[in-house]
Amino acid sequence: MSATKYPSMAAGWRLPNLWDAVAFVCVIGALVAFGHVAEGTLKPIGAPGATEISLDPRNLPNYALRTTLRMFAALAASLFFTFTYGTAAAKSRRAALVLVPVLDVLQSVPILGFLTFTVVFFMGLFPGQVLGLELAAIFAIFTSQAWNMAFSIYQSLKTVPADLAECSLSFHLTGWQKFWKLEVPFAAPGLVWNTMMSMSGGWFFVVASEAVTVGDNSWKLPGIGSYVALALEQRDIVAVGWAILAMLLVILAYDQLLFRPLVAWSAKFRFETTAGVTASDPWMLRLMRRTRLLKFFGEAFGDAAAYIGGLRLSFTGRPRPLGRQEPSRIIDALWIAVLLVVLGWAGWRVQGFAARELTWPDVEQAVLLGLITLVRVVVLMIIASAIWVPIGVWLGLRPVWARRAQPVAQFLAAFPANLLFPPFVLFIVYFRLSPDIWLTPLMVLGTQWYILFNVVAGAAAFPGDLKEVAANFRIGGWLWWRKVIIPGIFPYYVTGAITASGGSWNAAIVAEVASWGDTRLQAHGLGAYIADATDRGDMPRVILGVVVMSAFVVLFNRLLWRPMYAYAQRRLTLA
Amino acid sequence: MDTAVELRPLLIDVKGCRQAYHKEANADLVVLDDVDLTLHEGEIVALLGRSGSGKSTLLRIVSGLLKPTAGSVTWRGVPLSGPTDGVAMVFQSFALFPWLTVQENVELGLEARGVPRAERERRAEGAIDMIGLGGFENAYPKELSGGMRQRVGLARALVVHPDLLLMDEPFSALDVLTAETLRTDLIDLWMEGKLPVKSVLMVTHNIEEAVLMCDRILVFSSNPGRVAHELKVPFPHPRNRLDPAFRQMVDDIYGIMTRRKPVEPRPATAPAPSPLAMPLHSVGTNVMSGLMETLAAEPYNGRADLPALAGALQYEVDDILPLGETLQLLGFAVLEEGDILLTDRGRNFVNAEVDERKRIFGEALRQHVPLVNMIRQVLDERWNHRASAVRFRDELEDHMSPSYAADTLRTVIGWGRYAELFSYDEEAEQFSLEDIE
Repeated sequence: MSATKYPSMAAGWRLPNLWDAVAFVCVIGALVAFGHVAEGTLKPIGAPGATEISLDPRNLPNYALRTTLRMFAALAASLFFTFTYGTAAAKSRRAALVLVPVLDVLQSVPILGFLTFTVVFFMGLFPGQVLGLELAAIFAIFTSQAWNMAFSIYQSLKTVPADLAECSLSFHLTGWQKFWKLEVPFAAPGLVWNTMMSMSGGWFFVVASEAVTVGDNSWKLPGIGSYVALALEQRDIVAVGWAILAMLLVILAYDQLLFRPLVAWSAKFRFETTAGVTASDPWMLRLMRRTRLLKFFGEAFGDAAAYIGGLRLSFTGRPRPLGRQEPSRIIDALWIAVLLVVLGWAGWRVQGFAARELTWPDVEQAVLLGLITLVRVVVLMIIASAIWVPIGVWLGLRPVWARRAQPVAQFLAAFPANLLFPPFVLFIVYFRLSPDIWLTPLMVLGTQWYILFNVVAGAAAFPGDLKEVAANFRIGGWLWWRKVIIPGIFPYYVTGAITASGGSWNAAIVAEVASWGDTRLQAHGLGAYIADATDRGDMPRVILGVVVMSAFVVLFNRLLWRPMYAYAQRRLTLA
Repeated sequence: MDTAVELRPLLIDVKGCRQAYHKEANADLVVLDDVDLTLHEGEIVALLGRSGSGKSTLLRIVSGLLKPTAGSVTWRGVPLSGPTDGVAMVFQSFALFPWLTVQENVELGLEARGVPRAERERRAEGAIDMIGLGGFENAYPKELSGGMRQRVGLARALVVHPDLLLMDEPFSALDVLTAETLRTDLIDLWMEGKLPVKSVLMVTHNIEEAVLMCDRILVFSSNPGRVAHELKVPFPHPRNRLDPAFRQMVDDIYGIMTRRKPVEPRPATAPAPSPLAMPLHSVGTNVMSGLMETLAAEPYNGRADLPALAGALQYEVDDILPLGETLQLLGFAVLEEGDILLTDRGRNFVNAEVDERKRIFGEALRQHVPLVNMIRQVLDERWNHRASAVRFRDELEDHMSPSYAADTLRTVIGWGRYAELFSYDEEAEQFSLEDIE
């Protein structure tokens, strides 16, 4: 079989080429490092070095590795969640009734607020072991990655082209075969893109989740995040610099080694039937394709996947005709009744809890602080747009610049902005500035790049003939902005702005409170409220804060962004 | 010959088939009504009809993709309960998986049946060579032209050796020359007995295609879809499009398809149909003017043979018939046994200047399209001369499917704007009399 499949290999196993040597070293190195880290997670908490951090930069490679592996463990969990939850929501009408709204809410809940409680839970599962802390950290990262990935696959599965679905049915593909042959490939480009976005989002949480305090105890898991936390405590700006450098290298490495190749590879599954312009392969993908060893493993993996996907597993017996399956009204009614009972019970519990622990003034205070944070987000979005839209348009209209700017902006979006906080805090402390105003920019530090790279993409895609019309009729100045370019990039801008504003809300929890050694800066806002309550271990107020914040985010999305997005799709999309 | 076919084994037997989509408040929308179809081994049969006549629906019922609301479907004497092994389908849109190569696409059906890899590859290569795709095994669909893609679709269907090959408008997405090559290639294979199928059932709206390829043609009428006529094509292959007998048959079918439906006797108790129960074809005013001008000029001088006219304009039946019927509805032309005649009003329109044309068109609209009248009436009565489009769409949906209602409303908006009877704000979905006189 392999003789027909790998003619180049059958021709003779010649001496491995240079690339093979490079690849070999990489693979062995990765295995050794992995074993080392796995060993670290099984130590008891009290063991020397298990939860201690040293600011010596020589430890950073090891810390970086630990952190990265945590990220990938969380990513694996997110993928598992995506394929189960997202698929269930798309496949079962009754499940979707619950799963979709839940996902929608989870997406806008700032999970950061719950960190303390998840730590207690996981420590209880593995008392006295580092593994408990590790799992808590991984869980925190998972909560920042999973939702948009699940949504991505849900939406893809809902929009599988009808003719291909019909074709699968008419050629007797079983549900299992259809899933792997049609649905997963169709969902792949969106999923890969969202995975990349999730990875960036996860970094933000790493810093917060590696150093945890519960009551009087505080632990620091070896990792970049806790390294930064310690550096902040000890006012060591040089160490912060080292951490930023290490983080830069790590992000650059997985971006180049993993995501660039993945995105390029997944373009193959993009659902277009005309040959478009194809970008050249990133160097890592070329390496994979040229290195015999990696190619062999890659193809063996591909064959195995094809074999498993091709199994004629069937969960529903013979393929049934589409449609006309009248859903059973009785089961529907029962299902809805069950949901109502659960809803009622949950409502009763929440009501009881709130009545016991909270008072109306608490709610008023939270809403008021929420309004303050809302003002911050709005002002920031306006300022960030005013700065980045013109720059993005300028870059996007110049193809050479657009090509250079795009990866940089994406990279900046992936960079965890909370690492850049210390210089800001120093600046505020030194000049004795008002934290209410000057802590605000931190919220948008990491998210503004979404606006930039979407605007660049929009301007780059602006049709050439319309540019020529504008030039031909000498449309310039403000008129050009108003009538030509802003409507042209609007759908892209809205996409970027939605992401940016969502991210800013989440960042508020970290950005409205900042410390530098003993100096603690605090702005008024809902984020600071949640952060404060978390520090005090005041669960009712954490929950209240998180609920109010989720409500704000959901309302903001429903009342502002969704209508804007719908308008952009309807009127301003260049068909 | 005919009796010989009927003596062969029966493949598909459809009896009293009805397909309706349930609508909430009102009566069901009937797509197919009381359709019978039998198919024996060794014949190529066409389901010919306009869009919306339910012929594609019937094909999906035969394939087991769709379960009919009523009626029975048997496959080799056994009731059909889902896609069966003996049937393979070719899709109008090709329905190729863009991430699979030609070879992998062709192997798909075999893989689903658990055919071992070696045999799969052998059979796929055989089918690929037969259909003229040799050398393209490793290409992805997006690298291929439309004609080559449909060849992949054919190879994918043929490789499973189905008893019955179903084709859903297989050539309508292709250009004229490519489509012709594919048709003749397919017929050649069929005549040489190389096609591994027993029968072919194809859906088409192209009359010449049906007469060129098929042994039997079922002509469908629309609203609801019914078999209006069944014809046998007596010519031996290869057929010549220019043969007078061939032309005559095409002409006859045009005649059948333009014939007005006999008025059905309505039970005395049933309410009179609402004037709104009139789906309109989405035909633009420019195309109407253009056709009237063409008809008025040499060589037609006001009367044209529809097949010849369609040929000259490179129109398909599906383009020319809605156009002709719309002109007839508005009193600009008359359809008669496959011919189209310009009326006096049509001539007046052609000879008029822009403003006069708009006036004539407006008059015709108010006279023959009750929906236009209704919209204008409502606008005249309202103090602010505004009315929401939603209410008219809702009323239309009581009488037709939502997509027909949307099309009809869009068409009326276009016509009314041209005639300057009303203006329309797309964003607000609102009719008004702004800028009107």
